[in-house]
Amino acid sequence: MAITSEGLGRHPAPETDPMQPVPFRVLRRKRETHDTFSLVLKPPSAPGPFSFAPGQFNMVNVFGMGEVPISMSGHSGEVREIVHTIRVVGPVTQTLNRVRAGGTVGIRGPFGTAWPVGAAEGHDVVMVAGGIGLAPIRPAIYHVLDHREKYGKVAILYGARTPQDILFLREIESWRARFDVEVEVTVDRASRDWHGLVGVVPGLIPRAHFDPGNTVAFVCGPEMMITFAVRELARSGVPAQETYVALERNMKCAIGLCGHCQLGPLFLCKDGPVLRYDQVVDLLRIREL
Amino acid sequence: MNDAVQPGQQRTLERGDLDRLIEALLKRGYAVIGPVVRDGAIVHEPIKGTADLPEGWSDEQEAATYRLQRHGGPALFDFTVGPSSWKRFLLPPRVQLSRAREDGQSAEMNEGAEPCPPFAFFGVRSCELHAIAIQDRVFLGGAIQDPVYRERREGAFIVVVQCGRAGRTCFCASMSTGPRASAGFDLAVTEIVEDGRHYFVAESGSARGAELLAVLPQHPSSTAEIGAAERATARALEQMGRRLETKGLPELLAASHEHPRWEDVARRCLTCGNCTMVCPTCFCTTVEDHLELGGATAERVRRWDSCFTSEFSFIHGGSVRHSGRARYRQWLTHKLGTWHQQFGTSGCVGCGRCITWCPAAIDLTEEVSALSKSGRGKERDGGIT
Amino acid sequence: MESLDRILAEIPLFRGMKEEHLALIAGCASNVRFEAGEFAAHHGEPADEFLVLRQGRMALEIHAPGRGTVTIQTLGDNEVLGWSWLLPPHEWHFDARALTLTRALKLDGRCLRGKFEHDPELGYEMMRRFAQVIVRRLEVMGLQLLDVYGDH
Repeated sequence: MAITSEGLGRHPAPETDPMQPVPFRVLRRKRETHDTFSLVLKPPSAPGPFSFAPGQFNMVNVFGMGEVPISMSGHSGEVREIVHTIRVVGPVTQTLNRVRAGGTVGIRGPFGTAWPVGAAEGHDVVMVAGGIGLAPIRPAIYHVLDHREKYGKVAILYGARTPQDILFLREIESWRARFDVEVEVTVDRASRDWHGLVGVVPGLIPRAHFDPGNTVAFVCGPEMMITFAVRELARSGVPAQETYVALERNMKCAIGLCGHCQLGPLFLCKDGPVLRYDQVVDLLRIREL
Repeated sequence: MNDAVQPGQQRTLERGDLDRLIEALLKRGYAVIGPVVRDGAIVHEPIKGTADLPEGWSDEQEAATYRLQRHGGPALFDFTVGPSSWKRFLLPPRVQLSRAREDGQSAEMNEGAEPCPPFAFFGVRSCELHAIAIQDRVFLGGAIQDPVYRERREGAFIVVVQCGRAGRTCFCASMSTGPRASAGFDLAVTEIVEDGRHYFVAESGSARGAELLAVLPQHPSSTAEIGAAERATARALEQMGRRLETKGLPELLAASHEHPRWEDVARRCLTCGNCTMVCPTCFCTTVEDHLELGGATAERVRRWDSCFTSEFSFIHGGSVRHSGRARYRQWLTHKLGTWHQQFGTSGCVGCGRCITWCPAAIDLTEEVSALSKSGRGKERDGGIT
Repeated sequence: MESLDRILAEIPLFRGMKEEHLALIAGCASNVRFEAGEFAAHHGEPADEFLVLRQGRMALEIHAPGRGTVTIQTLGDNEVLGWSWLLPPHEWHFDARALTLTRALKLDGRCLRGKFEHDPELGYEMMRRFAQVIVRRLEVMGLQLLDVYGDH
């Protein structure tokens, strides 16, 4: 089976041990929502600059405790800072939540496949995200907006549970303030104070402006949201071969040797997490695969 | 002492001289691991000579059954495979990957209890040799290699013992992994106990195997001796206990995710994971971080894991493979199906350990047969046939 | 002013319908408008019409004592509001309030139902298209119910 998303992004540098976390210093910590925060980390200067492609992830390690796979959520390429946006769901993320500027976290990476921002040049780009799913897609948004002239119409469609859960609110407003990007945000449920859209992310798709015959779509969020969003994209005429999704499974080694992240024949740590939808649609239909 | 031994040429080694082979390996610095009787089974442990080997012992295997029998004769290798496989040494059940301080500085590693490489594996069966080759593809064949496996594998000296009989759970013939090994070893010996003689027909499969054989007392095998070795292989082939139809198997499994047979096997399967532990190709592991007393250093440990555990596929508050049905299905469809897409071969070598060591007597050859009966390659709507 | 026939032809709900059917429907159609904050429908009141929003945004709301007003969903351009006109009891299931100045096409349910009696083919076409509207609405509600972003 040929996996034809952008191909593997960068690997950990060959001279490093991919199983050994490297301490990165925390430059800043930012509260994003009631259960989500971002850490801005400084890679050490040796053995070389940290480089990653949009969509890739690191294993973020708490010393002596454990690690979790977290996508990079900041600018990609060769960078002096990396950003991880993390939702508190268990003991490791709870501990990371208490880390402050000046502290360190262990990093292994980068791992995984990337959003095909290169192959998408010359096309319209629709980026659909739900909940914390906006974080792994943000590096792709940054890349597209930083190279705006290379793309056709650009639409960013985002959904959160409630208005309080909207991630990167100020930034979304700044994207919307641009004249060359279409931005729509909806929430699943809201109170009377919310004057924005109420409904689900797939519902934003028929209203967005793009040429379905020349569109590449990126979809990131809970798997159920992905399924419905892709269905809506298909209804609008975007084929599965031009739709890329980010999938998640349990990860331990992140280098394809421990067996945990398998989805059928795919190892999501190296064949994914970004995958072309037509190559996974049948796998996703099988219960408990 | 003897003329140059060519790889492939068969040479006869008398029983009395087999100790010299083990001695020669020890002298060359190898930690020689071989079959020994312990706790009612034949397992792999360090050996010093033929006295450590299971002379006079044989094994009886069936689904959920393993018994050692004492036949009392002189044969040293009259058994098939036990619960242990060579993966215990190449992919140790527990291995410390690193010790470090919080600032990233390495600390000295703890000493392991396992024998240190280089290993000489003495008594490798053909199925096991293929299992090692399969794990080679997993750990050495990808973009990222495993350094622990590589260190233990490189330089491992392999002495194959060709099978002269097959057990009731063996099906290497179906998987094209035996009964006879033809390549991939340093030395291969076939034990012959016949007409008052006890000898080994040996062949080398590598330069260092040939070099080692050359220093032992041996002579070119006679036609009769070669014939005896061939008869031993034929006997093993004849006695093969099980059969697995492999033609079209990956496609069958890919189309059978909703087959009612999974529900049937799930009623019997305890999800104990025995099969994954005894299987010589199962390679799943987990990584753990432990803070040591004092909190200044942390160790990273890699342990065997099993896709049968309920937490194996845990994400966000639930496991993807919640039911035992889904977990058994994962194991079987990976081993016999998706392994092909991942690594280019089947993941099964037909050693039969999973059948022997399953406490519920589940037989994967029987399960595959049942899966194929409701129309090969077709999805079923339901109803147990 | 653009004829209602032509307006109807552009609306996705009616796209592809025969001209004579569009003419029949136009006979039951009128333009309406709501100021921001104005209610288009009240929960429990007789529902003998449906709206196709042309411009603006409406919220479907339910008021629960102690909980206040809950917005179930918002609707925008070309979206359809109301299917209670199709089958008895003809009552609105929720409040519909304009969030912005909203222009819409109002279709008279009783008028339409009368025409279906004489032209079953028209009736079938409308039922078919409304079934799609309802299915899409159910999909949205289903996804909201699943609370996909929640901790599970």
